[in-house]
Amino acid sequence: MIEVKSLCKSFDNKEVLRGIDAIFEDGKTNLIIGQSGSGKTVFMKCIVGLFEPTTGELLYDNRNFLTMGKKEKIGLRREMGMIFQSAALFDSMSVLENVMFPLNMFSTETFIEREARAKFCLDRVNLSEAYSKYPGEISGGMQKRVAIARAISLNPKYLFCDEPNSGLDPKTSLIIDELIQDITHEYCMTTIINTHDMNSVMGIGENIIFLCDGLKEWEGDSTKVMSAESKKLNDFIFASDLFKKVKEAEQEEIRVRDALL
Amino acid sequence: MFKGIQTFGKYLILLGRVFSRPERLRVYFRQLIHEIESLGVNSSGIVILISLFIGAVITIQIKLNIQSPWMPPWVVGYTTREIMLLEFSSSIMCLILSGKVGSNIASEIGTMRVTQQIDALEIMGVNSACYLILPKMVALMLFMPILVTFSIFFGIIGAYCTCWFLGIMTASDLEMGLLHDFNAYFVLSSYIKSVFFAFIISTVSAYYGYNVEGGSLDVGKASTNSVVSCSVLILFSDLVLTKLLN
Repeated sequence: MIEVKSLCKSFDNKEVLRGIDAIFEDGKTNLIIGQSGSGKTVFMKCIVGLFEPTTGELLYDNRNFLTMGKKEKIGLRREMGMIFQSAALFDSMSVLENVMFPLNMFSTETFIEREARAKFCLDRVNLSEAYSKYPGEISGGMQKRVAIARAISLNPKYLFCDEPNSGLDPKTSLIIDELIQDITHEYCMTTIINTHDMNSVMGIGENIIFLCDGLKEWEGDSTKVMSAESKKLNDFIFASDLFKKVKEAEQEEIRVRDALL
Repeated sequence: MFKGIQTFGKYLILLGRVFSRPERLRVYFRQLIHEIESLGVNSSGIVILISLFIGAVITIQIKLNIQSPWMPPWVVGYTTREIMLLEFSSSIMCLILSGKVGSNIASEIGTMRVTQQIDALEIMGVNSACYLILPKMVALMLFMPILVTFSIFFGIIGAYCTCWFLGIMTASDLEMGLLHDFNAYFVLSSYIKSVFFAFIISTVSAYYGYNVEGGSLDVGKASTNSVVSCSVLILFSDLVLTKLLN
């Protein structure tokens, strides 16, 4: 479980995050949603330690990330896996080498065991045919799947995904979302996903935090998101014509039902 | 001035991270072998080509413009050897390599920065500065004396070519000059200078690449800035080292 308490982050006197409190539970897909520029990426980078928060607390299973020593921090980082927006695969390495990289760095297993583990992770994301290919030779969706395989290779306790669906078609996005959710449940990981894809929100949003101008505006799950009363959240969700029509259809259905009764 | 001090401070902090203990020596060693091939062995061709031609041109210039009946015939070979040994093969060759190798390092690390590959390393708990820069630095410092040896050797071959193919003087006159008053310490000082320059090229260009912010345009800028900075630092340190080593 990850607890965030009153997290603030400023850049040159510009406040990007303004006192965010949140709890991200194990075995759940926690989503951070919001418009571009709302502070989602900064929030995630603060949580993973790529940015140092200006004030606040960050607890990983009651271990304070911001006050712990360098060695402890490195140890904790080995419990994290991250999937970046651009997949961030190492261009000079093949798919298999990319997945083996964290194992080569930190695992004490033999080469055969490490290779077997990497192949298992690649098979888990249905990429058994791409072992020897290079990142430049595979599609965006496959790159994201390799990134997932690399992220889970060391059995992390915490999985972070920064816009895992960006640049992918809806069908591939769905596959990636389902894969992340399945892995989260399977290994009981604390997963945090940064997204503004409404399909992901509706599909895998077990806990959703909506950020607006660096503040937590709303929190709930996918069953409540459509009926939320927050105006800012509604503006964000119903900016899409599809969701606007879904809501109109729902309201029409209720009106007809009420009329019939 | 303040910006210069700030940059130097950031450079020292980065070096501090580079010189920390590697996580897994085996992985670093494999990376070192790869860098020796990529930065060193792959630069041999350009070093050999340039040295061959510069050796030949120096010989022709000295023969046609400096030598006179008042000078002994070995002057051409002697001067060619001293130029190659003292300045060209160490300093000028490193200046040329700062363009090839320096821009390569800056753009490679810069691209890794903008495509979040460095962030990925950091998240994994890998010391990205050490993993990316240390093998490059060690590889270049190990291989640079070999490149200097190639440069000296092929510069002299170039000088011989002017005798064999252009006939501007006899090979025995050239040889007499090449062997005249030879001081082995000059070779050693060449090696010392080249190792120092290799350190400058690898770390300064890595610094520029590592601190890229933005996109591909900024990677290009970092690459250019690294070549300019390396060139200036090599020229300046050449002055200091030449004074110290003589």
